Amino acid sequence: MKPIITLIYCFLVSLSTGLMANDLANNPTSLNPQTSNELRLALTQVKLKAMPPLLMQIKQLEEQQALPLFKTLLAGRLYYVKADKRLIQMQKKGKERHYFSLETDQPLSELSKNQVKKVKLNNAVRRLLKSTIAELELNHPDPELRQAAIESLLKNLDSKLIAQLEQRRSLETQEKIRELIQVALNLFQLKTNPSPAKQIEAIEKLADRLEIPVKNQLTQVAENSIHPEVKQAAIRALTKIEHATNRYALVDQLFFGLSLGSVLLLASIGLAITFGVMGVINMAHGEMIMLGAYTTYVVQLLMPNHIDYSLWVAIPAAFMVSGLMGVIIERGVIRHLHGRPLETLLATFGISLILQQLVRSVFSPLNRQVFSPSWMTGSLEINPVLSLTLNRLYILAFALIVFFALLTLLRKTSLGLNVRAVSQNRNMAKAMGVKTGWVDAMTFGLGSGIAGIAGVALSQLTNVGPNLGQAYIIDSFMVVVFGGVGNLFGTLVAAFSLGIATKFLEPMTGAVLAAIIVLVFIILFIQKRPKGLFPQKGRAAE
Amino acid sequence: MTFMNTLFGQGRNGLQSRQQAGQKTLPFVAILVISTLLACASNLLLTEDSPLYVSTYTITLLGKYLCYAMLALAVDIIWGYCGILSLGHGAFFALGGYAMGMYLMRQIGDRGVYGDPVLPDFMVFLDWKSLPWFWQGMDQFWFAILMAVVIPGLLAFIFGWLAFRSRVTGVYLSIMTQALTYALLLAFFRNEMGFGGNNGLTDFKEILGFDLQADATRVSLFAITAFLLAVIFIISQYLMNSRMGKVILAIRDGESRARFMGYHTERYKVWLFVYSAIIAGIAGALYVPQVGIINPGEFSPINSIEIVIWVAVGGRGTLIGAIIGALIINYAKTRFTALFPEAWLFALGGLFVLVTLYLPKGLMGLWETLQTKLNKAAPEAEIEPKDEIKTGVSS
Repeated sequence: MKPIITLIYCFLVSLSTGLMANDLANNPTSLNPQTSNELRLALTQVKLKAMPPLLMQIKQLEEQQALPLFKTLLAGRLYYVKADKRLIQMQKKGKERHYFSLETDQPLSELSKNQVKKVKLNNAVRRLLKSTIAELELNHPDPELRQAAIESLLKNLDSKLIAQLEQRRSLETQEKIRELIQVALNLFQLKTNPSPAKQIEAIEKLADRLEIPVKNQLTQVAENSIHPEVKQAAIRALTKIEHATNRYALVDQLFFGLSLGSVLLLASIGLAITFGVMGVINMAHGEMIMLGAYTTYVVQLLMPNHIDYSLWVAIPAAFMVSGLMGVIIERGVIRHLHGRPLETLLATFGISLILQQLVRSVFSPLNRQVFSPSWMTGSLEINPVLSLTLNRLYILAFALIVFFALLTLLRKTSLGLNVRAVSQNRNMAKAMGVKTGWVDAMTFGLGSGIAGIAGVALSQLTNVGPNLGQAYIIDSFMVVVFGGVGNLFGTLVAAFSLGIATKFLEPMTGAVLAAIIVLVFIILFIQKRPKGLFPQKGRAAE
Repeated sequence: MTFMNTLFGQGRNGLQSRQQAGQKTLPFVAILVISTLLACASNLLLTEDSPLYVSTYTITLLGKYLCYAMLALAVDIIWGYCGILSLGHGAFFALGGYAMGMYLMRQIGDRGVYGDPVLPDFMVFLDWKSLPWFWQGMDQFWFAILMAVVIPGLLAFIFGWLAFRSRVTGVYLSIMTQALTYALLLAFFRNEMGFGGNNGLTDFKEILGFDLQADATRVSLFAITAFLLAVIFIISQYLMNSRMGKVILAIRDGESRARFMGYHTERYKVWLFVYSAIIAGIAGALYVPQVGIINPGEFSPINSIEIVIWVAVGGRGTLIGAIIGALIINYAKTRFTALFPEAWLFALGGLFVLVTLYLPKGLMGLWETLQTKLNKAAPEAEIEPKDEIKTGVSS
């Protein structure tokens, strides 16, 4: 009874997944269900001798769709259920064996060890499988998969593969893949051609490649070659590769530094307004960031099926939530403490405690899971040693957009004019008819709202928990003070220089020590130049 | 610099309250000494079923509160009297605590889990072969006490000398002190620092040969804490009433004016900062044997800010206020966190906001207002909290 139920279940699962993928053509069974299924069934029964022609038949019929089957078989993980001869895959986790459906990767937990049998294979079959897989992958319609296949083949080239690669080169339309094939051919030439001249020729062609097998092969040649000229050429090529790798490692470090800088910029840009322009010490600034991150979480809860668009909703929502909270704080507390910065500091610190506890009580003290939209996951691969993660790239761009939008707002709009007027001379502005109370509330709301937006971005990089804001408040103050209070460009420069400095220190000292060194540096710097990198000049300075 | 004036616009009132507080020194010390003696006696002489018996747990708790009171005193001296808001005094407290913790750690000897006669457990665990240089000599009590005073004092001197000489004031200074304690927090979390990393120092056995768990030891520690608090209180009160104290008040109320009159304001500030840090270090050294643990959490910025609120609630610029504020809030914290653990942060946060908005002079200010009202028996006493804020702005 049980196998039948399983069978029905599996059928339903495969059917449903087939429908879900909405891509019936990719489903191997739908190609030519009768023969394909029959051939696969035959795999479980034929003798080893009859295996090669059978595999060839499957290859002919299914082409690329046979790849998972072949790969599983080659890895020795192809099993079948004794009762209904259904093919499945086995995966070892420690000592335990787990079985999965071959087509859908669904776990088949009901199967036990004595209900299944391994599909046997010998070296001849293995050899055949290897070359067949290579051939199928080389001719895969998806260029990215083709490239990946060639990259993985670079490690163990043989004459048969080279023949296949040469064949492929004549068909290949993508320039990048053609180059890669050329690398494989050169590599093979270096390995097998006895003539030193030919070897040197190959080495020279390989000198500008960054693929790891190339480097390994060259190292081997540099160590073992019997011809001194070849050795020299290999060493030359290796130094060249080494330089290129170092250069890209530097770029990578720089990218991480810029990324940290963009995070710092986002976190401190709101503070640059409330602290820098208004002169209000807002210790609850970190909690404004936290509220923004939690807004993202709530938005994603409300639209679970549209995670990809959730950020576009979350950005204005977070701006509104944090901005509104900022206006409430300004009107309720900070207004009464005008001109008394230390008291403002204490009161806003109290608010930050209340907000933290509020979030803890409402959501939970644990971190909440915020999802990344699919367009933000993955990375931009520039070459084998350098790839930039997309989410960091987007956040870098986002930070700059927010920064320049804010700059424009302060410079070009009437609100910006009022803000600058009030911050420079409150009484005069009041006398000229500027509603200073309203301007204060709006400025504070703006700064807080931007902190909320920062929270949306940070939710994509770090854990969203009640302590999120705490982690950034000291850093943000450091950035603003370092850059020079009241100077937005100073904040930009400070954020990126601190970010890059931290990331360049990290490999030498470790992350924590790097953070400490940077902190101590800023403390000493402020002692020397209390007004920061770019101090305000003129009347506004007092 | 202008905000210094505006911030402490109530300068004249401050001076007045200081003199009044000065008169209360003797009664306050008497109350402290008598209640300490009573508590000790009732713990040691009475049996457990007596209604007046004070349990050892309570004694330890009181000892802890008194350490906090000492710490609040340290912050009040620097903030209430000199207008320097330090958000990093927890660092000095913790450094003093670590010095004492290192001594206690060395006292464990071979009774640790790994039984190494010299190395503390965590070093054996980290596979260290020999004692780092900064642990040398820490098995001597006098040396550890010296370090508990010297290290915070030295740090305060270096920091203060750099900061006050380049005239870093106000909010900048506050944020920098916060960064200082944050940097130390990060540093002490590292295992490589050799201070037990995340777990800190704990599992202490004895101090000067006395078992730390014994009632007599705990009562003595409590009595010593109370005694030292009284001594420090009297010294500080004397200092603040002296000529030097007057200069310090002048610096608080108008630093530029004091400087133009020929005082080296930064020297006064540096030495006051060092004095304050030393008191904090002593408080930390007394705190650790009573609580039985010291870990990097003591460096966290929020701890330092909590001290400030004790002082603010009690009433800054009055030494008694700082002590009372620390005692009341910590008692409330013990009660609150037991009854409604969720509500404590709400209460603390609300306290910050309410005190700064409505009680700028804290409970001592409130007490004085009530007294003047009673004395005059007239309702038009001018110190309504709301008015206070307005005068603060205008002056």
